[in-house]
Amino acid sequence: MLLQEVAGAAHPLSGTIARWMWLLPLLPLLGFVLNGLLSIVSAYHPGTPDPGAEPHDAHRSPEERHEARTGHDATGGVGHSDDHHVVVRHRFAGLTSIIGPGVMVLAFALAAAIFFAMRSAGEAALHAPFIQRYYEWMPVGDLRIDAAFQLDQLSMVMILVITGVGMLIHIFSVGYMQDDPSYPRYFAYLNLFVAFMLVLVMGASYPVMFVGWEGVGLCSYLLIGFWYLDKANADAGKKAFIMNRIGDFGFLIAMFMLFANLGTLEFEGVRAQATTLAPNLVTWICLFFFLGCTGKSAQIPLYTWLPDAMAGPTPVSALIHAATMVTAGVYLIARSSFLFSLSPVASLTVVVIGALTAIFAASIGLKQWDIKKVLAYSTVSQLGYMFIGVGSGAYVSGVFHLVTHAFFKALLFLGSGSVIFAMHRAYHATHNEEDAQDMRNMGGLGRAMPWTFWLMLIATLAITGIFPFAGFFSKDAILGTVFLRARDSTLADAHWLGIPGNVILYACYVIGLAAAFMTAVYMTRMLIYTFLGPNRSGEKEREYLAEAPWVMTGPLVVLGVLSAIGGWLNLPASIPVGRVGLLDRWLEPVVGVAALRVTHGAATEATSTVEYSLIGAAVLIAVAGIVIAWLVLKPDTLVPKREATPEEGFERALVNKYYVDEIYDDAVVQPTVKVSRSLLWEGIDVGLIDTVMVKFFGTWVPSRIGWIGSQLQSGQVGTYAWVLVVGVLLVLGAFTIR
Amino acid sequence: MLAEALFFSAVLFTIGVVGVLTRRNAIIVFMCVELMLNAVNLSFVAFSQVYGVAGQVFVFFVMTVAAAEAAVGLAIIIALFRHRQTVNLQNVNLLKG
Repeated sequence: MLLQEVAGAAHPLSGTIARWMWLLPLLPLLGFVLNGLLSIVSAYHPGTPDPGAEPHDAHRSPEERHEARTGHDATGGVGHSDDHHVVVRHRFAGLTSIIGPGVMVLAFALAAAIFFAMRSAGEAALHAPFIQRYYEWMPVGDLRIDAAFQLDQLSMVMILVITGVGMLIHIFSVGYMQDDPSYPRYFAYLNLFVAFMLVLVMGASYPVMFVGWEGVGLCSYLLIGFWYLDKANADAGKKAFIMNRIGDFGFLIAMFMLFANLGTLEFEGVRAQATTLAPNLVTWICLFFFLGCTGKSAQIPLYTWLPDAMAGPTPVSALIHAATMVTAGVYLIARSSFLFSLSPVASLTVVVIGALTAIFAASIGLKQWDIKKVLAYSTVSQLGYMFIGVGSGAYVSGVFHLVTHAFFKALLFLGSGSVIFAMHRAYHATHNEEDAQDMRNMGGLGRAMPWTFWLMLIATLAITGIFPFAGFFSKDAILGTVFLRARDSTLADAHWLGIPGNVILYACYVIGLAAAFMTAVYMTRMLIYTFLGPNRSGEKEREYLAEAPWVMTGPLVVLGVLSAIGGWLNLPASIPVGRVGLLDRWLEPVVGVAALRVTHGAATEATSTVEYSLIGAAVLIAVAGIVIAWLVLKPDTLVPKREATPEEGFERALVNKYYVDEIYDDAVVQPTVKVSRSLLWEGIDVGLIDTVMVKFFGTWVPSRIGWIGSQLQSGQVGTYAWVLVVGVLLVLGAFTIR
Repeated sequence: MLAEALFFSAVLFTIGVVGVLTRRNAIIVFMCVELMLNAVNLSFVAFSQVYGVAGQVFVFFVMTVAAAEAAVGLAIIIALFRHRQTVNLQNVNLLKG
């Protein structure tokens, strides 16, 4: 056992089950290894597919069946409607269905046990994190980085979300991916993702966190491009990977700056010395860290990869691109609260970017037709809210919204997965080539799949912020805090690009409200177009539409309950319908000092009039959004995708996402390609290196030198003997003269 | 006594070197190499008068090696002659790149 508990010697958790916390990432890693082996074995020894697995495979032509087996799935295509869903179940599907979700159940059970151990240890005893050091990872000069995990209240929250929601999504995937030819590979990647995500939140230093940070990026890439035979999917994966690299550059620079100035990269070491840093330096460090966040958490300007990431299987979108990985940036800021609270300018930047992203993405979401795209932009927008929270010093509110968002957004994505599953099955049964993800092809699904409809309704109410669903409490907490911080905080006193901080915060509050309005509109729109009104999927297809199996609906129900009651995690004092401020107290040891620093050391409590009017405004906005969407949108007049006319004017800009992808393409990608092609390739490589370097120095010069050398090789033994004797005489002479 | 022996040895060695460098016939070159070896033997024996019997032991080693070398060398020369009908070293220049 490599365990060497340095800090844990006197820690109240050292004797409890928490000492097994290294098993948390190891369990999914084990799942990855086993599933990966199954995948490799089946790739090298393809068995005969079970002929009885799919009844209607028999009457398809051999070409079709071949195409099916090579692995296409319509749910993956961006705007593709290739409906040749593979219907042959993988021969290791049973084993994988046990291993994949099994390790997650074990990990969640362990996480829950550790959580209760923390609870029973008492809040007062847990003011320092529980750190386990395993070995010295990078001892280089002054740099000493240990492979160490740390367990504190913040990482515990994240661990519970990751293992809990992750477990549900794994179970859902058993149903959703059941007919995929790469079933074990899917679970291998998904398990690997959870392992890296746990490393990310459990790392005791920035470099260990970075390992997880990069690892989840890798898994995101692998899973976005899971159906890589479709080039669009592979490209989407590449896009996500490359845009994340831009952000990682910021993360790295921030780490370098921290090490250069503090000599340590451990959270506890940095926390202890953070106040010794020069204010300007802190700002730069925080801004570079935030650049990392904009990449990973899809904020302006690096958000465009997330909507494209919907090319992956829907449960992946739920787990990675909604509930866990994309919230890593929020976690990073909450974790680095001791730095961000020292820099009002950087914090204001976070708030501004968050607010702009929230409204920008929400407005795009208003006119998307792909059900997953709506949810993708919704995720970007909600992440913006989280950044408003953690930026304005409301670290608990940000994390709170992270948790509730994990619940309702995972539910929304899995619900949409259920819808796509049903649509896809229906189109598959009738050999229809339509787009199974386009809402114009749906409609009236509530009658066919009531469970999904009611659960999606709960999630929609939660995300729009209707009392008493989860989103109401968390979103309200964020908006309320921004309003209060605008009145009195270090942020309000600071200036950002010459604008007073309180003006910015008030503006961000208004933007947040506007984004909440749009959220209500686009979510209602999604619900109406998908589940209500007449069905537009087609006459024959209608008969095939049905609820998904229980292995998929079950996790939805659990998430539905969590979305409904998630708000009880952190009730505000003004709405005492249970124990107030659980999460506030739970996270107080981690972020309490930093949060107080932002508010000049005083816990800002709003007067009840202000607070109730803030709540009232938020709810009113949400209700207004729902009502307006209900009144304006007419599902009866909607036509299926193939009959739809293109939008005009501003709507067209929205459908095309403000042409941001095109702008990036013209401004960054194409110039890079052109410079690479004309200057680097044709100019330097072909023009300079191939001629001067290769042809002259590489070919001509050595051949001349070689010719001179070859003249010495006459083959005459006599000559060689002369050379030998002369050489001996020279050496002897040299020794003698010296 | 030592000085004379070493002088004679040096003369013998030089004759051998000059022979190797100037003669074309492989047999003669070969014999000159033997001359050089025996010149060294002579100096070994001479030194053993002063420094003890170890030098004479070396001479036996050198003679053994020389005998083996003679066997191999003459075999090569015979093979060469069979192949080319000559033992003139100027006509044998395969040893080049």
